[in-house]
Amino acid sequence: MNNIWLVMLIGGLITFGMRFSLIYLFGKFEIPETLKKALHYVPPAVLSAIIFPELFIQDGELNFQFTNFRLLAGIFAIITAWFTRNIMITILVGMAALFILNALGVN
Amino acid sequence: MTESRKAFWDGIKAEIPLLVGVFPFGMIYGALAMNAGLSAFASQMMSSIVFAGSAQFITTQLVSEATPGLVIILTIAVVNLRHMLYSASLAPYLKHLSTKWKALLSYLLTDEAYAPSIIQYEKEGVKPHSHCFLLGAGLALWTNWQISTALGIFLGARIPDNLQLDFALPLTFIAMVVPVLRKTPMIVAALSAGITALLAFNLPFRLGLILAALVGIIVGTLLEKSNPQRETHE
Repeated sequence: MNNIWLVMLIGGLITFGMRFSLIYLFGKFEIPETLKKALHYVPPAVLSAIIFPELFIQDGELNFQFTNFRLLAGIFAIITAWFTRNIMITILVGMAALFILNALGVN
Repeated sequence: MTESRKAFWDGIKAEIPLLVGVFPFGMIYGALAMNAGLSAFASQMMSSIVFAGSAQFITTQLVSEATPGLVIILTIAVVNLRHMLYSASLAPYLKHLSTKWKALLSYLLTDEAYAPSIIQYEKEGVKPHSHCFLLGAGLALWTNWQISTALGIFLGARIPDNLQLDFALPLTFIAMVVPVLRKTPMIVAALSAGITALLAFNLPFRLGLILAALVGIIVGTLLEKSNPQRETHE
């Protein structure tokens, strides 16, 4: 068995180091324009890279079917987010959609 | 003084709706950590030592599979690589701060503190008290994460699986990203990152995530360069 405390401590230090790295360094250098532009795309790129697998991958495989309730509920949430721009409503609609689809169990 | 206090409260207020999605995620983490055989104390402490949701989830899974410590540490590092992108992205807004402030804010820099803060900063630009917004958002999330972890540890197996509470987290990210997608390069960046993430899903150590993020960033930037009239950011 590993020493979980050591793993947590080193894992925590590495995580902190990565969060701190560029915040610390960027004060010391001038940032190139292209890089500044590129950084605008960090939020949509990273968040989408997290979201897509959550919606499309079911039990380790791609699933584009309507039997994939997370995908359907996610589409409801995306439409809701587009029109309301409200975080809380989006989460509630998405959870409600998933819950109802599961309860109906349309297979 | 009042300016910084206002920014701090604005940060907390912007974070509150996200907490709805993060709270169940924290509970599930607490329950999974106990299930993986960690002590209640270790499970709770991981939420303040590592303080990174997805890395903590993966750690509990790897611990339950008796994975060697070095592999777990490497996995945490790769899963959290995206935080370097967040660090770079927020750096211009925080560069006037002392090292102590930078360290504190870096500790609090998670997905869910980053997202509302960068949206706020891109809207308002750099102000002397900008960092208080991130502090408010980060502390609100930190507190919420500790409490939800504790509740998950306490409830453990009594949290029903069929509620699928873990889905609240991707929904939170959807709620954050969709309103940002107003211009073509942004939409294409998001789509190309998402599709790459699906294609690269089977890469080890969740490397697909960072690869997908880089593809999205590069595609967005190149597209913006080829359409200079779209260059303005809101």
